[in-house]
Amino acid sequence: MNASTGHAMFGETPPVRRKLRQEALAQWVFGAMAAAMIVPLLLIVGYLVVRAAPSLNLEFLLEVPKRGMTEGGIWPAFVGTLYLVFLSLAFSAPIGILAAVYLNEYARDNWFNRVINLAVINLAGVPSIVHALFGLGAFVYAARFGYSIISASLTLAIMTLPVIIAATREALASVPRSFREACWNVGATRWQTIWAVVLPNSISGILTGIILEVSRAAGETAPVMFTGVVFFKAVERGDLFPYYLNEQCMALSMHLYTISTQVPGVKESIPFATAIVLLALVLMVNAAAISLRVYLRSRKKW
Amino acid sequence: MRPAHRSSCFPQLGLAACAIALALQPGCKPGGSSGGSGGANPRITIQNKGSDTMVNVAQVWAEEYKKIHPHVDVEVSGGGSGVGIAALIKGTIDLASTSRDMKAEEKALAKKNTGKEPREFVVGHDALVVYVHKDNPLAEITNEQLADIFAEGGKITKWSDLGVKLPADRDVIVRVSRQSSSGTYEFFREHVLNKRDFKLGSRDMNGSKEVVELVGLTMSAIGYSGLGYNEPGKVKMLKVSPKAGQPAIEPGVATTLSKQYPIARPLLLYTLGEPTGELKNYIDWILTDAGQQIVEKSGYVPLRAGTSKP
Amino acid sequence: MTEPNSATPAPPAFAVRAAKRAAWAVVGEKILEALVYLCGFSAIVFVLGIFLFVFKEAFPILANDNFSLTQFLFSPEWYPTSEVNKRYGVFAMIAGTCSVTVLAMVIAVPFGLGAAIYISEFCGHKTREILKIVIEFLAAVPSVVWGFIGLTVMSRLIVQYTGAPVGVNMLNGGIILALMCVPIIVSISEDALKAVPDSYREAAIALGVTRWQLVWRVLLPAAKNGLLAAVLLGVGRGVGETMAVLMATGHAVHIPNSVFDSVRTLTANIASELGEAPAGSDHYRVLFLIGVLLFTLTFAVNLIADTIVRGIRRK
Repeated sequence: MNASTGHAMFGETPPVRRKLRQEALAQWVFGAMAAAMIVPLLLIVGYLVVRAAPSLNLEFLLEVPKRGMTEGGIWPAFVGTLYLVFLSLAFSAPIGILAAVYLNEYARDNWFNRVINLAVINLAGVPSIVHALFGLGAFVYAARFGYSIISASLTLAIMTLPVIIAATREALASVPRSFREACWNVGATRWQTIWAVVLPNSISGILTGIILEVSRAAGETAPVMFTGVVFFKAVERGDLFPYYLNEQCMALSMHLYTISTQVPGVKESIPFATAIVLLALVLMVNAAAISLRVYLRSRKKW
Repeated sequence: MRPAHRSSCFPQLGLAACAIALALQPGCKPGGSSGGSGGANPRITIQNKGSDTMVNVAQVWAEEYKKIHPHVDVEVSGGGSGVGIAALIKGTIDLASTSRDMKAEEKALAKKNTGKEPREFVVGHDALVVYVHKDNPLAEITNEQLADIFAEGGKITKWSDLGVKLPADRDVIVRVSRQSSSGTYEFFREHVLNKRDFKLGSRDMNGSKEVVELVGLTMSAIGYSGLGYNEPGKVKMLKVSPKAGQPAIEPGVATTLSKQYPIARPLLLYTLGEPTGELKNYIDWILTDAGQQIVEKSGYVPLRAGTSKP
Repeated sequence: MTEPNSATPAPPAFAVRAAKRAAWAVVGEKILEALVYLCGFSAIVFVLGIFLFVFKEAFPILANDNFSLTQFLFSPEWYPTSEVNKRYGVFAMIAGTCSVTVLAMVIAVPFGLGAAIYISEFCGHKTREILKIVIEFLAAVPSVVWGFIGLTVMSRLIVQYTGAPVGVNMLNGGIILALMCVPIIVSISEDALKAVPDSYREAAIALGVTRWQLVWRVLLPAAKNGLLAAVLLGVGRGVGETMAVLMATGHAVHIPNSVFDSVRTLTANIASELGEAPAGSDHYRVLFLIGVLLFTLTFAVNLIADTIVRGIRRK
């Protein structure tokens, strides 16, 4: 070692110092890149909240749009979104869960099931606007449901099916094989094992998938725009059941789109408040899914 | 396994059941969607579809009419004049609102499909206004100049071609238009461009409001939209002269009613056959002063001058 | 399943009831299992159904004499409603889709990879969990909200800071799309990095490399297939995104020369014109044909990405 460094022989040498600097720099750079994703989210949400503030209250949620949608609230759109979400859930949850059961419990590893897997993955990758085209061609015209809540929610259901399938599969796969074997050994059939052992042990994971489906369905615009969501519908303030299933409804996402691009003279804060309600709805639903997952992980005993 | 877990399978089924129950609650839609009806105020739905230009005023009509006749629901959706007409031809709606005339072949098709002749009602007028940014010094423009700016093969691409001085990097004209097949786009094409096509590369906005908003944010922009979409303080309305050398006319209610303003059009409602029952009541109400006041308040031109005065 | 006690003679009534119940259960079970199989196959039915329906609606236009597929793919002239000369060329929109997606990837890939590296290699457990949740939130923001942000917030910022004449342009759409694609890139890349065996890391650290060198020389080469898959899935998302680009890109049929030009994407074009195209018209069918194009495009991208991901899992 060079005596002029003065330190003992285990001190930092220039190469070591360079290494440490490099290390710190790398950490800093990558950290900054990660932060670059968070900061915009926070800034944007913050900005939206500030601009939305004058309209953010319970009244806004419960009131109907007034004076050509330039004033008032968003109740019909909010209820419409609930309708679409729950109805699409009613279609996609059973099919999705059973499909996942098939893929995880019944399917052997052969070409046919590989094709099914591929189909699920591609179903998730089909652009939302193509789902809209399908919904229009299949449900509105071919099945003669017309522009209606049913057409829109069926379109949404097919679109969100992969979300439920993926989450349910993951939940089913996490149930240890030994559980199943124990059940088979006492003479239970495959279905009995699934019903009594596998499903109860993966119910929280399945619920997470359902919650994520809700979040996805609530935010979608393009698929419902051409299949059953309407510009405006006169609805009573706070009415929980304003729509018939063969009618069209309003939806939050579409409402945000129309008031920000088509309606003149809207009170400044209303589009922002609508965006915040939609965002809050989706993020709260997601937060529920995340906390369920965290809780589940902390409780898991195997 | 643990019996406690077995039962935990059911909340999920319950949830699905709840969803179905919630969704099915309102039951079935009673009766036909329009026309006469007996009984004590059965719920009636009038389906109104069509022009984006009219969707705002149609929506206020629906809102106000519901206050007077609570059992009548008017469903309003936009999409464009073409969509409204197409739906009317199929017989899936009761009322098409359009900002252009139904073509002869469309009327024939409707007759063939539904057996009923479409009936037209003029319910107001709209002036198509040419908007520029508030800081643009231009005050008036001729129809020919507009065509040269917007039409395919037109020669005007820079503000300096019009003799307008804007900062150098803002000299290229940003054309703001509407998506093809909106009634506004078709009307502009027919009456200003003489059926020639638009130049490609214009920003084709999806809503009349978006046009005005974009022009308000863009110094070098020029766009056309309905009179009702004006946002004073952000954009400026240009006076339009029908021909070079003729005086330029300011867009407004008076000039539209007197037919001086060159780019104005009627706002129309179409029904299948002569309307009856609630549908007729609704249209009659639209034509009264109450309905016409809404037209004027929404920024359009009513059928008669002075309806909004008490 | 209850075993009958062999020591005592089984009571006949009980046995009969048990047998009946079993028969009922067996049939029920068969029905349920049939249902499971049916649902399992449903994904194929839906994907095929989507393709067939969209294709069926588009098909008549291909047989139409006035329509040429070459013109459709390679002409930039889009005049679907012209009164003098209808032309259906989507080349400008293909260019628009490609340019916005590429721009989004140029922004999203470095940041996405950087964030994935930070999450998987540099930060502690707590930070990692928090970051992952934030990314999940980012992924959950609805596209119409992104579009709204592009339209109201970003467009003003762009005009103010870059001096671009119009705020809704390729840059705006690219940034918005990048923010939308980042979550998927991060999560798939992180999986890919996690899949690199720890022995690689240990061997490198034993040689005394810095973590930067570890990432650059060891992890990235080892995980490159997974990272490629992540980018491809990001591309798939970008190509298919509709509402955000509809609102943020300016929607002009124009082959872009710079990032400040407005463009129109294939998806946005369908979204803005489908509502107004009368069902059965040529315009309507051409829009469905664009749908077929999009479906094929995203199908190919997803297929390749999936093949890569599967290859990694098998390893």
